[in-house]
Amino acid sequence: MYLPGDDRRLVVTPQLALRVAIMGGIALALFAVIFFRLWFLQVLSGDRYLAEANDNRVREVKVEAPRGEIVDRNGRVMVDNRTALAVQMAPDRLPTDPAVKAALYARLARVLNMGPRTIDARVSKATKELPFSPVTIKTDVGLDAVLYLQENQSRFPGIQVERVFLRKYPLGELGAHLFGTIGEITQNELKQARYAGVALGNRVGKSGVEYEYDRYLRGTDGASRIQVDAIGRPKGELSIKRSTPGENLRLSVDLAVQKAGQQALGSYGLPGAFVALDPRNGEVLGLGSNPSFDPNVFTKPVSNETYRRLTSEDNESPLTNRAIQGLYPTGSTFKLVTTVATMESGLLTPNTIICDPGSFTLGGITFRNAEGAAYGCINVTRALQVSDDVFYYKLGVQADNKGGDIMQKWARKLGIGSEVGIDLPGEMGGHVPTPAWRNRLYKEKKTDRPWSGGDAVNLATGQGDLQSNPLQMAIAYAAVANGGRVVTPHLGQRVEDAKGRTLQRVQPGPQREVEISPTTRNTIMKALHLATQGDGTSAKVFENFPVSVAGKTGTAVRPGQGDQAWYVAMAPYPNPQIVVATTVERGGYGADTAAPVAKRILQAYLGYKGRRAAALRRRG
Amino acid sequence: MAGPGVTPFGTGVQRFGDRGARFLRLDFVLLLATLGLIVFSLVTLGSATSDNYFVTHQAGYASVGLALMFVLAFFDYSRLRELKWGLYGTMIGLILLVLVAGTATRGSRRRIDLPFFGFQPSEFGKILLVLALSAFAIEFMRRRSEREITARVILLAIIPAMLVMAQPDLGTSIVYVAIGLAVLFIIGVSWRQFAGLAAIVGVAAMLALVVAPAIGLPVLKGYQQDRLTAFLHKDDVDPRSQGYQLNQSVTAIGSGQKTGRGPEGATQTQLDFLPESHTDFIFAVVGEQYGFVGAGLVLTLYALLIWRALRILTISKNLFGAIVAGAITAMLMTQVFVNAGGNVGIMPITGIPLPLLSYGGSSVIVTLIALGLLQSIYVQARETAASKREVLA
Repeated sequence: MYLPGDDRRLVVTPQLALRVAIMGGIALALFAVIFFRLWFLQVLSGDRYLAEANDNRVREVKVEAPRGEIVDRNGRVMVDNRTALAVQMAPDRLPTDPAVKAALYARLARVLNMGPRTIDARVSKATKELPFSPVTIKTDVGLDAVLYLQENQSRFPGIQVERVFLRKYPLGELGAHLFGTIGEITQNELKQARYAGVALGNRVGKSGVEYEYDRYLRGTDGASRIQVDAIGRPKGELSIKRSTPGENLRLSVDLAVQKAGQQALGSYGLPGAFVALDPRNGEVLGLGSNPSFDPNVFTKPVSNETYRRLTSEDNESPLTNRAIQGLYPTGSTFKLVTTVATMESGLLTPNTIICDPGSFTLGGITFRNAEGAAYGCINVTRALQVSDDVFYYKLGVQADNKGGDIMQKWARKLGIGSEVGIDLPGEMGGHVPTPAWRNRLYKEKKTDRPWSGGDAVNLATGQGDLQSNPLQMAIAYAAVANGGRVVTPHLGQRVEDAKGRTLQRVQPGPQREVEISPTTRNTIMKALHLATQGDGTSAKVFENFPVSVAGKTGTAVRPGQGDQAWYVAMAPYPNPQIVVATTVERGGYGADTAAPVAKRILQAYLGYKGRRAAALRRRG
Repeated sequence: MAGPGVTPFGTGVQRFGDRGARFLRLDFVLLLATLGLIVFSLVTLGSATSDNYFVTHQAGYASVGLALMFVLAFFDYSRLRELKWGLYGTMIGLILLVLVAGTATRGSRRRIDLPFFGFQPSEFGKILLVLALSAFAIEFMRRRSEREITARVILLAIIPAMLVMAQPDLGTSIVYVAIGLAVLFIIGVSWRQFAGLAAIVGVAAMLALVVAPAIGLPVLKGYQQDRLTAFLHKDDVDPRSQGYQLNQSVTAIGSGQKTGRGPEGATQTQLDFLPESHTDFIFAVVGEQYGFVGAGLVLTLYALLIWRALRILTISKNLFGAIVAGAITAMLMTQVFVNAGGNVGIMPITGIPLPLLSYGGSSVIVTLIALGLLQSIYVQARETAASKREVLA
């Protein structure tokens, strides 16, 4: 204690001076600390903090690029876009208090007419994947709901409305399997090279040409840099990078052909498929599968229930594209392959006569013609015209006995039993049974017997273990029609800009040459033309048809269900410009269900009024 | 000096001089720093807030405060010593009143709403405590042992500090304790006593922060604990968290760089990233808008205040004045360091206003009253010296 307990006068003792100096020293030290801290923050690290401050206020907002349109070969729009309003939520502005959040979800759910739990699930799923980007809660929201949200913004923190492009499929179920579907890109897809440059949350093609030509169709999103305040309210645009719309895609498909095929097929209410292509170059004119689906469903989030309905076998799996994914025995349409194989390997000539007493017994099993017919001793032309089974049973056994798997080799050469390389994803290869294959299975005890003559009998007539689809059959028939070129079927014709100018031609896959002698070709073509005439298998269907047609029926026996109808048509005979392969599950005789579908497609292709038909006749 | 005479109060050496001559006895460096900070406050508030509300109100408070400052400057502070019980009682009464009748803001009861003004008793408590504690200290020095003096001064400071903490207002209670320690320091309590105090504070802090929560008796509220530790984890992205506020403050200051981004370009402030930009984080606004130069200038003005306050301490005509000056120095220093330190991210954010700069009537007026007291001590000292010279001459 150095000061008196008195208050008259202050005497500045050395001790007091020291203490004042200490206070001054402390003050100096504290100021120095703050000064140096300021120096560090502002002078030494100022650049960093300036960048941080700019990061704070600048938000990049995606400017969505519309996907390109898909048009048919005549330029008719089949797939385009429409704009819609989407309600989104910025997760960083979500209330943290669970009760407040639940109340917000409940309010929002009432406005958007959806369940609060759905909102919660969507937000938590999306924030797990990408914590800071806006979550789309509902796409395609009505204007009244949007206006309500905007008027009551304070009660809906973090809710924003954005204009988005929704894919539009105005044709509905028409062409659905061709166009395919789109959906938001997944984490796995993001890692793939084909999606380079695509950001999470973007929609990409998931199936069909939407998938196959996604690179052209999807375009490039733009970005708008906007300034926002602390609670994310926009305060003006700083810069904008315009989006580049996707390029348009012109398909070789003829909408009239597509429509005719799907309508004809759909009229039976049975599962089935058709393929129509140009045998000269492989351009697909139409390709469809029944039942079909509405791809518009996939432009918005799909509920599990909907997805189950679209894939369930009870509903005949509408998403399955039977034209390229079906795995069917082809019935007598396969006789084309048997004929080519035996003629090209010298087992059969146009004049070879084989006698048909009505049945054929091999190894104790008797094989008969359909409906108990017996055609007597006939040549191959007649056999094809009336689809004589016994003729082909015997031929099949001969071919099998000759060795070298000639039927199987020719089937594969003509494109059967493996993927043909169409520009659609998900193609199934099918299967051509060989002795080696069955004997291996037998050795592995996966089947009850080794290869036998009966298998050859079955294969020669397209029954048994053969698995193929309409696309492969169309390719095989096209190869015969065009004299030996196995074409790669393709849908994409060219990539165009918005004005229809060609940006890029789609290069069709390579064509493979196989040796088919003119004799073989002409014999078959003539026989199949005769099949549509007189007492030919499909003569009734093509009675008075304005154009010469060559065609082959098929009726495949399928265990556990009704016979499957097949038909492959080529027109105009003798130099076809279109090959149509159709099949109808449980459709019975090929001539009853499959051939009429093919006929309707040919009619559509040739023009109902017959204008094109008349022109073809003149030229022919 | 014209006209002899004896003042009707005080020491008897004061003269009724002509007004102009008395005005000249003010500490002009102190006055200049004071006015400089007020101008800085008004300019900064004007650019940081969108309407004129804050500027006009702050200008009004400053006018009232300056008027009080000038009145006090020419009033002999020494008389206030006799009012120590009244001052102390008023302080305790007001703080209790606010606990009962105050208006809550963000969970804290600090204000009593008056027609034009949210009256904050804890702010006024600062200056009342400075005066009462200084007076009590002198009285204790007459008849008490050193240990008794220490205990009593600390007790008298701790009582209002605890009451303010209950509002809760952690920052102001820290200022109260600093005032108590400064009083002890100036009256010359030995280092040993300070060491003892430090030990007690350490044990108390241990009890409050570690032991009490462990046995289920939290002394600090959750948000207070958050605030105290926030500057240790700044990367919190939740805008409501203390870490986020601190981060935004540091970003704002850093982005000001050497010369600042100007009022228009200061996006952290203008786009509301900086929370409480007119009160707790006004230093960050200065840093962002005017850069190192501006923030440095503000600090320099505070340094001038502190320097003048310490100088006034040494020339005071009496011990009371010296203690008051020392306590005011500690009060200002604590506020500047805790607030600016919080803004630059080296101290916890405790919600202490930055003297004269932060928006707020109670804070501005109380600070100007404190500066008025310093001026009074200075004026009195000069007049005493002048009259001495006169006597000697």
